Amino acid sequence: MGRKLLLDKAHIEGIRYYKTYRENGGYAAAEKVFKTMKPDEVTEEVKKSGLRGRGGAGFPTGLKWSFLAKPEGVPRYLVCNADESEPGTFKDRYLMEFLPHLLIEGLLISSYALGANTTYIYIRGEYAWIPDILEEAIRDAKAAGWLGKNIQGSGFDLEIYVQRGAGAYICGEETALLESLEGKRGTPRIKPPFPAVKGLYQCPTVVNNVETLATVVPIINIGGEEYAKYGTGKSTGTKLISACGNINKPGVYEIEMNISVEEFIYSEEYCGGIPNGKRLKACIPGGSSVPIVPANLLLTTAKGEKRMMTYESLSDGGFQTGTMMGSGGFIVLDEDQCVVRHTLTLARFYHHESCGQCSPCREGTGWMEKVLKNIENGKGKMSDIDLLWDIQRRIEGNTICPLGDAAAWPVAAAIRHFRDEFEWHVNNPSEALTRNFGLAHYADPLPVPAPAAV
Amino acid sequence: MSEEKKLFKVKIDNITVEVEPGTTILNAARQIGGEVVPPAMCYYSKLQGSGGKCRTCLVKVSKGSDADPRPMPKLVASCRTTVMDGMEVANITSPEVLDARKGVVEFLLLNHPLDCPICDQAGECDLQNLSYEHGADATRYEFKRRTFDKIDIGDKIQLHMTRCILCYRCVFTADQLTNKREHGILGRGDVSEISTYIHKNLDNDFIGNVIDVCPVGALTDKTFRFKNRVWFLKPVDAHCKCDKCSGKVALWMRGNEVFRVTARKDKYGEVEEFICDTCRFDRKDVKDWVIEGPRNIDRHSVISQGHYVGVQQPKETFKAVMDGRDPKLLMDIHAVSEVNRPDVDLSKIEGPAHSNDFDKKQ
Repeated sequence: MGRKLLLDKAHIEGIRYYKTYRENGGYAAAEKVFKTMKPDEVTEEVKKSGLRGRGGAGFPTGLKWSFLAKPEGVPRYLVCNADESEPGTFKDRYLMEFLPHLLIEGLLISSYALGANTTYIYIRGEYAWIPDILEEAIRDAKAAGWLGKNIQGSGFDLEIYVQRGAGAYICGEETALLESLEGKRGTPRIKPPFPAVKGLYQCPTVVNNVETLATVVPIINIGGEEYAKYGTGKSTGTKLISACGNINKPGVYEIEMNISVEEFIYSEEYCGGIPNGKRLKACIPGGSSVPIVPANLLLTTAKGEKRMMTYESLSDGGFQTGTMMGSGGFIVLDEDQCVVRHTLTLARFYHHESCGQCSPCREGTGWMEKVLKNIENGKGKMSDIDLLWDIQRRIEGNTICPLGDAAAWPVAAAIRHFRDEFEWHVNNPSEALTRNFGLAHYADPLPVPAPAAV
Repeated sequence: MSEEKKLFKVKIDNITVEVEPGTTILNAARQIGGEVVPPAMCYYSKLQGSGGKCRTCLVKVSKGSDADPRPMPKLVASCRTTVMDGMEVANITSPEVLDARKGVVEFLLLNHPLDCPICDQAGECDLQNLSYEHGADATRYEFKRRTFDKIDIGDKIQLHMTRCILCYRCVFTADQLTNKREHGILGRGDVSEISTYIHKNLDNDFIGNVIDVCPVGALTDKTFRFKNRVWFLKPVDAHCKCDKCSGKVALWMRGNEVFRVTARKDKYGEVEEFICDTCRFDRKDVKDWVIEGPRNIDRHSVISQGHYVGVQQPKETFKAVMDGRDPKLLMDIHAVSEVNRPDVDLSKIEGPAHSNDFDKKQ
């Protein structure tokens, strides 16, 4: 069994409620912080832990916190990004639904470290029932003296508010989230200035993912250095992975970042292999916007090493042969799945969710969807594949926010690794409507390059 | 003497310019002028918060600053990126930028209708200029373009959303000229549209300026629609005494008739001073105006075709080359040739000329 830090008590009945949570060692970290630590020491502890942002980009959290501008007389805000809209990612939902107090405690400690007296949880509109759970938790925590004025006699005040979004993927982008939170149209701001300098209501703001903030609790409990001993290298600690697709046991798993991808998919402890004896074809290991990789590149890197579930190993080889950890939405595709259709689904999603602010993404995402629809429906041309490549190349990096990149990467990766499947669709239009390309050579062992002669 | 301000040295396409801190790359390039100025479809220097959306002004920052010489990882929107001391920027010298710009132009034209022949903006359209300079010859888009119905936003302004490139300039204009927020974006993505709050009319003394700031023909003047092509009109500077605005306008005339009144635009297509709706829509009589003289239009514009204004005669360089002496004829052609006969005046010959007319004996 892998070691767990976040979900170690998730199985306890009634852990959602304050009483049970407190009896099982909850708010011990907050107690420790208020009794023995200064705000800077908390930040230092998070820095030592090597915790990286769990929202997708993997930016070191301690570093992000230290960037926060601290001018006198200006309020600072902490915003918890619970707008988890990435297809394939549902880990934050699990945390908020079953362990709301873990998040509240994490918010409390983080707000104390940052000196924020007001904290917002921005939750996506589709999670209609979770705000009630969170608000109940906030109420209970307040009744027990963990929120409000002069918490536990420390002189620190904190209010937590839950704000529901209106169902836009783009509001998961931090500046769009802030705009939406301010009551405006949720479109990304142009950076700089960064939120750490001018964020919510033009005040310094830190925006962190739910899992990141919840992870602060075990870090304080066991200490940053101890936390850094979990995992491998710079990928410290544990990570929640929401596994879905063609696997026997979909769900949210907490993994220590020292297991291999193969173990994660096939071991009984985690996904439990692929159902019906099918073979693995491809996988998106980090939520829909990270590049899709074929089975052979998923299990081993281009260098012939075993691929591990860590930030570094997953992105080994760059976008040529690697992918990304992303937000941990692990989508597995078996041999019966059609990559073209899958790419079309994603392109449709990004087209629908583009905010329409900047031209490459507004126009390009729709174009990609239409071209892909043609290929999928047997009306494609060979030149369409190159056209798609050209469109994605011109979207990527030329947009205001990373949604443009997120829309371009899946298409780019699909063409890069599965070009023959696209070509098969174009060459056999009628056959492509009735059957799939199948596994083909996507699971064949990679030729390992011979070591260079010295 | 006041404290001397430190100026930032910026190199744009290897041309060095010194600008004040806080200037954007685009404005620094405009101080240089000429070809290094990136095109801008959404940025408008008079509107706060505009820019960053159309992505045509993307440039490559090959050196961040003297303090931090790392290049910026992505192309940046020059209209919203401020300069740093020692920054080096590549605009037309970078193939990457030109390629990205070509892509952006293609994206902008994807859903833009090809109705230039019936569009009032044709001839003074920023998108026409942009696609002429940076676009590809043909589109690769094979699908139906999105269309919208025309709507009236006010009794003098028509909005034809199909042509819109969503630069948000009019939104900023309406927002910054009025206290009420009635003009904005509805919808999301490629179906988002500019509109007013539940088909409300925009009534504000200065709302006509949204027509001037529109880079394409999405917002048009209903008092001028389909009346004339802009290049058949003669633009003249004029002013009047107006209690609402400065009264400095450009009249677009044919003969003695005023077809339309617009604000005066500078060479980047930005208005110099916003004018009021009374000047724009109601004063269409020459008697209302004091005419100052013809307006200078860039000679590359179709509007100035046939108007040989400011055309420079080639300089006579003979004298300069020969230290002031007159050139000396090396040979008098008439002395040796019988073909050229300057004494025969062709205009005096009746009917077609004949060899008899050049008879030597005459």
